[in-house]
Amino acid sequence: MLNDLSRRNFLTRAGGAVSAVWLSAHWPAIVAAAEHAHQAGKSSAPARFQFFSPEEAAEVDAITARIIPSDETPGAREAGVVYFIDRALTTFAADDQKTYREGLPAVQARTRELFATIPRFSAASPEQQDQVLRSFDEPAGSSRSPRRRIANSSFFQTLRAHTIIGFLIDPDSGTGGNRAGAGWKVIGRDPDHMFQPPFGYYDKDYAGWKPNPPDAEKAKV
Amino acid sequence: MNLDLPKYKTSDEVDFVIVGSGAAGGIIAKELSGNGFRVVVLEQGPYLTEADFVHDEVKVMNEDLLTNKPKLQPTSFRKTPSEKAKPRRALVYGRLVGGSSVHFTANFWRFHEIDFVERSKVGPVPGADLRDWPITYADLEPYYTKVEWEIGVSGLAGASPFDPPRSKPYPMPPLPVKGSGVIFERAARQLGWHPFPAPMAILSQSRPGRSACTNCGFCLGFGCEVGAKSSSLATTIRMAEKTGRCEIRPNSYVHRIATDSNGRVTGAVYFDEQRNTHLQKAKAVVICANGAETPRLLLLSASKQFPNGLANSSGIVGKYLMLNSGGVTTAVFEHPINDYKGFAVSRLLHDFYELDPQKVGFCGGGGIDARFDVTPITFAMGGLPPGTPGWGKAFKDTLAHNFNRTMELFCHGTSLAVGTNSFSLDPDLKDAWGLPALCLTYKDHPDDLKLWAFQNQRADELLDAAGAQKKWSQPIQESQFAVHLLGTCRMGNDPKTSVINSDHRTHDVKNLFLCDGSSLVTSGRGQPTMTIEALAFRAADRITSLAKRGDLT
Repeated sequence: MLNDLSRRNFLTRAGGAVSAVWLSAHWPAIVAAAEHAHQAGKSSAPARFQFFSPEEAAEVDAITARIIPSDETPGAREAGVVYFIDRALTTFAADDQKTYREGLPAVQARTRELFATIPRFSAASPEQQDQVLRSFDEPAGSSRSPRRRIANSSFFQTLRAHTIIGFLIDPDSGTGGNRAGAGWKVIGRDPDHMFQPPFGYYDKDYAGWKPNPPDAEKAKV
Repeated sequence: MNLDLPKYKTSDEVDFVIVGSGAAGGIIAKELSGNGFRVVVLEQGPYLTEADFVHDEVKVMNEDLLTNKPKLQPTSFRKTPSEKAKPRRALVYGRLVGGSSVHFTANFWRFHEIDFVERSKVGPVPGADLRDWPITYADLEPYYTKVEWEIGVSGLAGASPFDPPRSKPYPMPPLPVKGSGVIFERAARQLGWHPFPAPMAILSQSRPGRSACTNCGFCLGFGCEVGAKSSSLATTIRMAEKTGRCEIRPNSYVHRIATDSNGRVTGAVYFDEQRNTHLQKAKAVVICANGAETPRLLLLSASKQFPNGLANSSGIVGKYLMLNSGGVTTAVFEHPINDYKGFAVSRLLHDFYELDPQKVGFCGGGGIDARFDVTPITFAMGGLPPGTPGWGKAFKDTLAHNFNRTMELFCHGTSLAVGTNSFSLDPDLKDAWGLPALCLTYKDHPDDLKLWAFQNQRADELLDAAGAQKKWSQPIQESQFAVHLLGTCRMGNDPKTSVINSDHRTHDVKNLFLCDGSSLVTSGRGQPTMTIEALAFRAADRITSLAKRGDLT
């Protein structure tokens, strides 16, 4: 059930944007859709990790924070992407478990290979971390053993995809991703379920439809 | 809904079994049950409702909530029949009650007169088997109008000078213009072209039990949570159920049409959810399973009497596949467009619908629309300019800047019918039920690629006139993936070169009818669903009169 607070928020947001007539005409459908979305969103991020050990989670979190870094606006970390990935690996992305089991140690090995004194990825500086990740994202034709490169690159590409998904998925999806709508805030995607025109800069001063000139011929090309 | 819905026994010989509940199946079910017949609709997918539709891109896009399941239903692809096909994801279609009309964009152009008579107008095209339809635009016009009024189509009659004649205006005004539509309209007019409000099968005004579009922004690829998209699920399936004579039976995978010794069909054989086999008996069968699964079902129904597959004496079942050529040019503008709000398309132009082959050097034509049809994850994965870093601060900054400033021009166009382009049964690959998988064989006719290039140039001109800051086009390349599934059991008067006659009756089997994208003789200019639905209303009329005069046995 939609709790009172979210219902009130929803009403307030809705009321600010649209006319009463439009609202009364559409209200039942909109309430149903919103209620449904909030239902789905109720199971939020799990309190405990299901797949990762706390140590592994810290490493994955550090990698996602370089894929979508935090700066003036939220990054993967604030969006709870590591929780999303943890849950994904025990549900819809279970096929990728092996990729993570093999990929994470490879990242650690590469970190130590490049920076002998640094014990693990999360302990490296952001610049060093980027250097490690670049070595996995290198283009084809590099000198490393092709087989190893493909396996490692596949881990990085999988993690990259999961990070993007965990950052931008519908915050009401119940997957734990895009926590508090952080990812959508970054891209400017309003989480409302309904919008009224004008939508943006270009349609705000649209004067209305004017017919094509009456002399418009079917000028064939 | 507390309707007294009928439940027919499989042994109960109903008047019609309809295979598939999509754009065509829904209409035929509604019409035949409304005309007093007892109807069972067998749908391979589940019966979902608005409450099941979510904005979760993983569930919908990655887990194929609404569409065919590649893990259960593998497919293969090759360019030409001489190659060995390789397993590959080759097509997408809606796999639920309502079919692809649940997730489609809802562009709802009518075909124009030329689409029915192009062969007569332009003559033969080397490498293609271009043919006239056995019916004309005038035959179909009343049914186009019927579609618009019965399911609910928004649009503005007379807005395009290129539109074919119509007997009635649209039942409701166009949807609001989006930012992409304003940019498009202004630039197109500068160039002397004729943009117009796109006709869309999405409600601009509410109807009983259905809301007008709320502009939620999860449209293409998603099911509508408020019933605004005029899918079969939101419209004709419900109307069919209200007659009290139509049973929609979901999770029923038809894999064989049963026949008797007289060469008549006797019903449809299907797996239920537990994979038990049933035969639903019927006096006649209408297959509306889409342009891939309809020919597959005919081929799977081969028997001693029909060694090449059912209704395939011509040998062309599955052939002359047309996918509609074309692609997307993406552009970034200076200010926020916020085009994620709303449905996909608000403006369109048909200035290049009918091109003169002598002047342009190819046969075909198209339409160009302004849209933004991608949701956030899809945008981040594929919507950024070429060369944008894939991660890190530059990735994030570009993503944050571009999401609200990006729009697309989609160039839709003709595919010419080529005999070697087909859906067939893969000789080795099997689906999860042990049945031969679909094999897509496709190599675009050279004219289709020329048309694509021609339209891309027009898109560039328009975006330059509009002052786009950046633009880039999807590379022009041969198709390897099918969305529009057209022409594979085409209509015609000659049983040697067509599968169905103009009544949608198969030439070979008197009580077997086909109606869906497979019926099309030409591909139109990129938006087939409106025509499929008009054909379905017409087919239902034809089938009803044949049945009423006892001409099905």
